[in-house]
Amino acid sequence: MTDTLLDIRGLSVPLPTGADRPFAVKDLSLSLSKGEILCIVGETGSGKSLTAFASMGLLPTNLPKPSGEVMFEGRNLLTLTEEQRREINGRRLAMIFQEPIAALNPIYRVGEQVAEAFRLHTKLSEAEIKQKVIDLFTEVHLPNPREILRSYPHQLSGGQCQRVMIATALALDPAILIADEPTTALDVTTQAQILRLMLDLREKHGTGILFITHDFGVVAEIADRVAVMRHGTLVETGPAKEVLLNPQEEYTQNLLAAVPRLQPKVSRSYLGEPVLVASKVAKTYQTRTLFGAGRKVKAVDEVDVTIRRGETLGLVGESGSGKSTLAQCLIRLVEPDGGEVTISGGKFSGLKGADLRAARQRVQIVFQDPFTALDPRQSVRSAIAEGPIIHGLSPAEATARADGLIEAVGLDPSGGDRFPHEFSGGQRQRICIARALALEPELIIADESVSALDVSVQAQVLDLLAEMQERLQFGMLFITHDLRVASRICDRIAVMRHGKIVEQDEPATLFANPTQDYTRKLLAAVPGRDWQTNPTRKAV
Amino acid sequence: MKNRPSILLIAASAVLISVVAIALIGNVFSPFAVTDQNLLGRLKPPAFLGGPEEYLLGTDRIGRDMVARLVAGLRMSLLVALAGTLIGAIVGTVIGFLAAHFRGYVEEGLMMLVDFQASLPFILIALTLLAFFGNSLILFIILMGLFGWETYARLARGVVLSATSQPYAKAVTSLGAHPMRLYIRHILPNVASALIVQITLTFPQIILLETSLSFLGLGIQSPNTSLGQILGDGRDYLSTAWWISVWPGLLIFVITLSMSILGDALRDRLDPMLKVRTT
Repeated sequence: MTDTLLDIRGLSVPLPTGADRPFAVKDLSLSLSKGEILCIVGETGSGKSLTAFASMGLLPTNLPKPSGEVMFEGRNLLTLTEEQRREINGRRLAMIFQEPIAALNPIYRVGEQVAEAFRLHTKLSEAEIKQKVIDLFTEVHLPNPREILRSYPHQLSGGQCQRVMIATALALDPAILIADEPTTALDVTTQAQILRLMLDLREKHGTGILFITHDFGVVAEIADRVAVMRHGTLVETGPAKEVLLNPQEEYTQNLLAAVPRLQPKVSRSYLGEPVLVASKVAKTYQTRTLFGAGRKVKAVDEVDVTIRRGETLGLVGESGSGKSTLAQCLIRLVEPDGGEVTISGGKFSGLKGADLRAARQRVQIVFQDPFTALDPRQSVRSAIAEGPIIHGLSPAEATARADGLIEAVGLDPSGGDRFPHEFSGGQRQRICIARALALEPELIIADESVSALDVSVQAQVLDLLAEMQERLQFGMLFITHDLRVASRICDRIAVMRHGKIVEQDEPATLFANPTQDYTRKLLAAVPGRDWQTNPTRKAV
Repeated sequence: MKNRPSILLIAASAVLISVVAIALIGNVFSPFAVTDQNLLGRLKPPAFLGGPEEYLLGTDRIGRDMVARLVAGLRMSLLVALAGTLIGAIVGTVIGFLAAHFRGYVEEGLMMLVDFQASLPFILIALTLLAFFGNSLILFIILMGLFGWETYARLARGVVLSATSQPYAKAVTSLGAHPMRLYIRHILPNVASALIVQITLTFPQIILLETSLSFLGLGIQSPNTSLGQILGDGRDYLSTAWWISVWPGLLIFVITLSMSILGDALRDRLDPMLKVRTT
């Protein structure tokens, strides 16, 4: 740790007056050494991304000037002129972002975008540049580098785009790579590959990597040292192993305790009769072009699902596997092409008009993003009471039920008159759950309902769902891409791929003896999968 | 976020309020009825330019008081513009909602109508209809209502489509709500801001359209009067009695300008997403 590359001393980033706190980052001191991976972890609003932006000179222009020092190669990065900044950015300091597809210019071929770094900073000939780009693409393990060179960003997958971004960042062999949640938008298997790649790069080039993430699994997978941030201040820093296994601060302890363990839940035996029986549900999407019918995609391919009273079935799979489409077909927000759906003994598929609307009270859905799932112009009480009113309860009774639910989901009972934007993400998700429960449904579909939440909030919402299920005995279809979350709440887990359920079993059996290669791949890709249950197996 | 309205906005609102006030109680400035003629006092200049002092803003070619004429004209112009705007807004919005709800052939048919309307100069449609059906006040107002409905329809269809794809709309549907409930209680309040802004932008256009048609003699007919008609009346006397055309022209100018400023400000403000958190 003698070879300090980046030394942040007393960095403060003030916020404009009227914000919820005076400083986004306050008096932060950190250092990054050569060949080291430093993970900055923290929840939403902890100031972890702004720290990175301050180092790169990319702070939003509406923020006041930061104070303190960010020393790099003898210079304070905070006081550079525009010209000096251009000299350093890209060449000595490089950054990759969360949304790889958004970070690439859609109208240029990706080869061009990587070549640009060389054109700006070196005097190489075009042929030399091309060779360099091909070498880089090979190094970041892009298949067929010569073809990818000529592709546009939309022709590549998210993982491939992120590799292109990494290639761009590495083009001039920077001393420091700053990665802001680079794998958050990617599937878990892709994430595993990108993390592997980062480790390789550190090995080969001795690059110092400042890795910003909210995911302790990722931290366990790659970090040498960890810095935990909260409300803009540093809570705790130290070697990854120390912080993960033996955290000193209470905040870190709580955060770590909230991370779900990849450990199968003990199965329950008292499950009742089936509330959902779906057979051969199918949905095919057809893209249309100017010249007639285009490609057909079987989003859901003759899937059978059964859920019993009080049971939680987890539906896991990567993006595009058809999990959400299946859920929307079951609840008939999307009209399935075929198949039978029976909910609590009554037929649900084939219903029309008023019959369908009446039957809808038997099944409710909780969406992923609690910020868009509530009507911004409706008070919380009225949102929760709306369902019962639609189904014939008197407004007075419905309001009483709504008030009861507001309290039952752990919100301040006086908050009913307030509007959704006055609540935090976790609180809003509680409101969404209350709205779903107001109809006393037999089946609840939770579509990535905790994925957008911070880990400590996520744990609370999962507990709330489990507790409500215990009390009301509804069946639940729990869709997630996160196997840790699934292992915490599900009685059975179904693995979905290409529109089919490839494997379905109790978590204990599934985790111990997966029969499908794909399931094995998914399990292996869970970042830092052993650090909680078996910390000695891998040197974290 | 800036919370204090700009001076421009305050001025525009003040102008609009005074214009409405004048339309309502402007008669107190004139002892004459709108039809009172004084053939001996024709084309008299305004009082402050040496004209007879009972005629504050002068008289027209048959000696009618300009103040009385302007107040009556203003009332008519505002009435026509208001009624026309509302008819257009309602018809257009309903068509937009229908297109967004039914999709498919219904949508294509309705949107084809919209394109049809948008591709014809409205003044041509207006002239044709007036030539065929003659002129009456009711017909004229309906005609004004036909103006601009296609912009509401397009706008409403767009915002409704994007609003119904929001998870909250799906959530309300899955509660078992009837589509009417979804559209009226959830979608409409959420898209209303866009439509209200459009209303403030169409309103001045309708005033101008009414003015043009009345100027050509195809709009409001005597004994009724409107700003455009007065403007047209003064056309032949511009060199000798400029006040006949300048007063209505000025009024039209400040009304349309203020309304447009107000519309712009509304567009910036009415977005609920831009509101600061209250707690």
